[in-house]
Amino acid sequence: MNLIFAITSLEQGLVFGIMALGVYITFRILDFADLTVDGSLPLGAAVSAKLISSGMNPILSLVFALIAGGLAGSITGFLHTRLKIAPLLSGILTMTSLYSINLRIMGRPNIPLISQPNVFSLFEQLGINYLWSTIILLLIIILLVKILLDSFLKTQLGFALRATGDNPQMIRSMGISTNTMKMFGLILSNSLVALSGGLVAQYQGFADVSMGVGTIVAGLASVIIGEVIFGEKSIFIITAGVIAGSILYRFSISLALNLGFAASDLKLLTSLLVIVFLSTPRIKKIMR
Amino acid sequence: MLEINNLSKIFYKGTYNENKALTELSLKINEGDFITIVGSNGAGKSTLLNSIAGVFSIESGSILLDGQEISNQAEHVRAKSIGRVFQNPLAGTSPEMTIEENLSLALAKSESLSLRWGLSNYKRKIMKKKLSKLDIGLENRLTTKVKLLSGGQRQSLTLLMATLTNPSLLLLDEHTAALDPATVIKIKNLTNELISENNITTLMVTHNMEDAIKMGNRLIMMDKGQIIYDIKETDKKDLTVEKLHKMFEIKHGSKFTDDRMLLTV
Ligand SMILES: Nc1ncnc2c1ncn2[C@@H]1O[C@H](COP(=O)(O)OP(=O)(O)OP(=O)(O)O)[C@@H](O)[C@H]1O
Ligand SMILES: [Mg+2]
Repeated sequence: MNLIFAITSLEQGLVFGIMALGVYITFRILDFADLTVDGSLPLGAAVSAKLISSGMNPILSLVFALIAGGLAGSITGFLHTRLKIAPLLSGILTMTSLYSINLRIMGRPNIPLISQPNVFSLFEQLGINYLWSTIILLLIIILLVKILLDSFLKTQLGFALRATGDNPQMIRSMGISTNTMKMFGLILSNSLVALSGGLVAQYQGFADVSMGVGTIVAGLASVIIGEVIFGEKSIFIITAGVIAGSILYRFSISLALNLGFAASDLKLLTSLLVIVFLSTPRIKKIMR
Repeated sequence: MLEINNLSKIFYKGTYNENKALTELSLKINEGDFITIVGSNGAGKSTLLNSIAGVFSIESGSILLDGQEISNQAEHVRAKSIGRVFQNPLAGTSPEMTIEENLSLALAKSESLSLRWGLSNYKRKIMKKKLSKLDIGLENRLTTKVKLLSGGQRQSLTLLMATLTNPSLLLLDEHTAALDPATVIKIKNLTNELISENNITTLMVTHNMEDAIKMGNRLIMMDKGQIIYDIKETDKKDLTVEKLHKMFEIKHGSKFTDDRMLLTV
């Protein structure tokens, strides 16, 4: 694996790491298996790409991507908390609808952004060495997201969110609506996922309607790899683990490609990876 | 302060499994009452407490708390003025969170949620003071995850959390039933202390007749979804377990049977 390969993996790990933090919020904090992300990642990409190509500032376009993601999360929240549809199905319904909506937003299946300005090119104009500029900017963004998320989880609202996933009965007896908290968590999570999607589009130079396939599995893989390697001592460590997990995940993908696997085999490999990690605790128990 | 009028609760209404859990039940509770509730299995004791707490909607009747109709309010809205402790020691706390984080949620119960820090040195000071009253050393373990505590420790913590913000009403549903005998005594003492200290109006379901007689100032016996006896302070002093059993037989028509009584006497 040469340097360029390593850098690319690192960059991908960081840009998708924001999405993994979103997945961490629903899967681990809320205990809500939310499949919306397969639709909200390309939604963020579609919104950002469409706005950039119609002349908007790329940074501002990310704000709209974030809001769009939040809206998508609120739809899933509505389906689950108001219409009482099961979590898994609520997410699938939103995700499926988003495929059509994303196509509508983009007007075609693919929007190239190569000739457009993006956050990375804006950052380079500040005079930072090309090879590292993308990584530096991504690091700044993801650290900002991590610090904000860590801090949030230490506020009263953050405590309530954590307890909602942990013991809903308890949180209700503390006078807090579990429905409101679930809604809130889904909005927060999908905002981050869509922000990640917008950044991905700008990073890779295009938005594609099918780019969301397998997002949830990649996100889960990152969360689980992080947990296995970093442990779950504190929020600070867990979210650091999620980001590291995302980077390691992209490295293993690159490695697999280097070993001669076809790109089309990657989804299978990722699923296998998640299965292995998810079952390790059980296997360890049986071995004992 | 709590007034229940003609409360009825039917489970699976209109189906083959229709089950009248509460029938036209009325009850008036005065400020500062500590009422113990006894009754055979399936009498409707838990259903009564769940109806007050708003776990499910009721068929008919009204529930007034401090003069306000609460039977249409959501569970979490009523919870602002109602404290609860369940039979299951795992039910009242968040296991993955620390003792101080759990207590912080209980402290915030009377406020609306905000983006202020969940913890502060000031809050920790209050927590330590409250925890030291439990006398089980939890004041030195603020950052311990609750899942690492024993059932008794967790139930003590739950009891403290439920009474922390002086609720109008405290609902205890067999909250010592899942604990070992030594711990049961501790939790019972703690219950008496916390209730009398803050003068909290309380409903306590128990399967231990002796406790029901000894604790509180009023005893209610339920059967088939109704209150069959309501024994006030003065009469309650002369009660014995035998008398209570006799009274039950007179109304019920047969002996008092209770699968858990055998274990608790
Ligand atoms: N959530 C529920 N769904 C359906 N039926 C219920 C539910 N809760 C209680 N019941 C039924 O209502 C009746 C009263 O039950 P309840 O739990 O109130 O009795 P209890 O007096 O608390 O008894 P125990 O001493 O066994 O706890 C029972 O017939 C029970 O099967
Ligand atoms: Mg019961």
